[in-house]
Amino acid sequence: MHSGRRRRRALTEKRESPWSHRSFPEAAKELLADSQIRRNVRHATNVIQAKRNRVVAELEDWEQLREAGAAIRAHALEYLDNYLVQFEENCTRAGGHVHWARDAAEANGIILDLLRRHAAKEVIKIKTMTSEEIGLNRNLEAHGIHPHETDLAELIIQLGHDKPSHFVVPALHKNRQQVREIFQREMNLPDLGEKPEDLASAARAYLREKYLRIKVAISGANFLVAENGAVCIVESEGNGRMCLTLPDVLISLVGIEKVIPRHRDLEVFLQTLPRSATGERMNPYNSIWSGVHAGDGPKEFHVVLLDNGRSPILADSEARQTLQCIRCGACLNACPVYHQTGGHAYESVYPGPIGAILTPQLHQMQEGRTLPYASSLCGACYEVCPVKINIPEVLIHLRSKVVQKDQKTIAGRLGLWNMGMQAAAFLLADADRFSMAQHLGQIGQKVVVSQNGFIERLPLMLSGWTQTRDLRPLPAQSFRDWWAEREKAKKNYASHETIKRNDTKELGDAGKH
Amino acid sequence: MLVSLFITCYNDTLFPETGKAVVRVLERLGHTIEFRREQTCCGQMHWNTGYLREAIPIIRHFVNVYRDAETVVAPSSSCVSMMRDHYRKAAELAQDTKLAAEVEMLLPRVYEFTEFLVKKLGVEDVGATFAHKVTYHTSCHSQRSLHLGDIPIRLLKRVRSLELLPLENPQECCGFGGTFSIKNADVSSAMLADKVRTVLNTGAEVCTAVDNSCLMHIYGSLHRQRTFVRTAHIAEVLACTAGGDGGVH
Repeated sequence: MHSGRRRRRALTEKRESPWSHRSFPEAAKELLADSQIRRNVRHATNVIQAKRNRVVAELEDWEQLREAGAAIRAHALEYLDNYLVQFEENCTRAGGHVHWARDAAEANGIILDLLRRHAAKEVIKIKTMTSEEIGLNRNLEAHGIHPHETDLAELIIQLGHDKPSHFVVPALHKNRQQVREIFQREMNLPDLGEKPEDLASAARAYLREKYLRIKVAISGANFLVAENGAVCIVESEGNGRMCLTLPDVLISLVGIEKVIPRHRDLEVFLQTLPRSATGERMNPYNSIWSGVHAGDGPKEFHVVLLDNGRSPILADSEARQTLQCIRCGACLNACPVYHQTGGHAYESVYPGPIGAILTPQLHQMQEGRTLPYASSLCGACYEVCPVKINIPEVLIHLRSKVVQKDQKTIAGRLGLWNMGMQAAAFLLADADRFSMAQHLGQIGQKVVVSQNGFIERLPLMLSGWTQTRDLRPLPAQSFRDWWAEREKAKKNYASHETIKRNDTKELGDAGKH
Repeated sequence: MLVSLFITCYNDTLFPETGKAVVRVLERLGHTIEFRREQTCCGQMHWNTGYLREAIPIIRHFVNVYRDAETVVAPSSSCVSMMRDHYRKAAELAQDTKLAAEVEMLLPRVYEFTEFLVKKLGVEDVGATFAHKVTYHTSCHSQRSLHLGDIPIRLLKRVRSLELLPLENPQECCGFGGTFSIKNADVSSAMLADKVRTVLNTGAEVCTAVDNSCLMHIYGSLHRQRTFVRTAHIAEVLACTAGGDGGVH
């Protein structure tokens, strides 16, 4: 009964989600036609990536830091059950309250109950993608509570009724002029200028009043420290510091994978995270706190630990490394696919290469089935990842899950892809079959070769290739046939030479007589 | 040295000239080439598309064919990276300890063509002459899996009369990605458009690389756009000599 109710609640949320359920190729096609978004994304990712490369190159021990980061995160996941309980104990001892949420519905319920207990009508929020994951804002609005985003980019998204396209730089797809228009309209500032300082001071004035008035804040977290129950948030704007210190009540919603064992482990991540995320040596604001302290900061502190599909990922040894992610977004900025489409094509709060592996797993492969294929496997993501998640490897693993699931149905087995792949596997497992296929191809291709000698149109799924690309037809002779011919000629030549040598020898012998 | 050529399935079928060029270069350097006709494919297409179980017989076949080979050379970084990055996992998936052991024995003897020339043979000047403007496309697998670094560039710099023109954003993928180019044709085409623009910006007559897969993709667009820029595998450039036994067609 309970799980049935949960499922129904989950379905209701799904309907309200701003993310549609289009396939990646469909969504990407639409975004590729939006030259404004593509220009903005290209510009922003180029700028961040150049900064990132510069500050990463400064560190001689960058590779060792990556190794250490990967090892710490992998270890934490290996013993996650222990470290979570340890965190709960230490956080509670320091005066915090820890809540466990199996899924989005439970997390929303816990947060709503807490807000109702404090009769909150408004809350201030620090950027938290986990809250986007559970649709927190929509849920709060539905219950008459208004959330105010305080991160500049999230404010732009909220006021523009938009969706984040990047989890570090959520409004990366908007340029300054577009931000100005949103602020002019939503803040009622018709004369607002478009200089960065104009926009920043408008946001500042708009937000200051809220920091001082609203008594409850909601945040995410970058790290949870098991050994002392500390919570760590890094940010650039200081809005986080405001939200973490001014309100009476603070609620932090955190994925269960965010825990690290020791306080000193932060040494690694506070070097790699800012450099990877924004190309900064250090974040301007680094907040680390544990529990509550009289006369200093919030009087009441809650941590909501969210599973929401993470446990099954943990159980999959091939894919577990997905949860090592520290959400720096470097893989998005490095990804040539993301460069073209921006984040919205991924139809998830987690876009880019990490999103392509995380999203389908969070949905237990029910949604986002095309995401594992949204990559050319170029490896740029793995190269920049500060915790060495081998994203291409996980993508292939998830592709195999999609394939195996398809092969369980008759339609999947009889589908063109499966039939084609089975046929190819049969032909490629034996040289005679393969050679025969080459010969058939050389003859059969005549129906698709154009007058100019090239293939300009291909049928069925192969038509994707020829929409923008020509294809050279198979040459008349394969390499293996050329080689066989050469060997034969060599042998003939060699035997001819032997005959000649024998003849000469005979002649010579004859001369002796 | 006796070199066993793994031509790869698509070079065998689509780019025999590349194989001939490899033979020409290595024979010119005094090595003996053998071609085992039982060879077929490395299994990459199936593996990367998620057909892991289907790839295993192909992988097993490759290992069987080359088990006793002294040195295996393939003119394709992506096929060699398939072996280095995924063969161990494939043996594990097949729960075949014998295959796993054979993979461990074989892998150190498998080389990508330019890697073989520079790292194994210690040759940078292969005696080539190629009087053209050339730009070099760095394929993803050559840089991020095999870590070839500047090996191909060093070979090209020693080619007489060759003018090497640098490509902008050399680290960025051309958008091929095997079945990605079909499953995500629109994104792949957009990536290709960027790559082709940088190729055309160099003013080169020939775009070369260590992988014909990328070059087939790049040329597909160059030809569609009716440009006169050609593509040629690096072996074909290195096979050309002043005497004119050229490799580029």
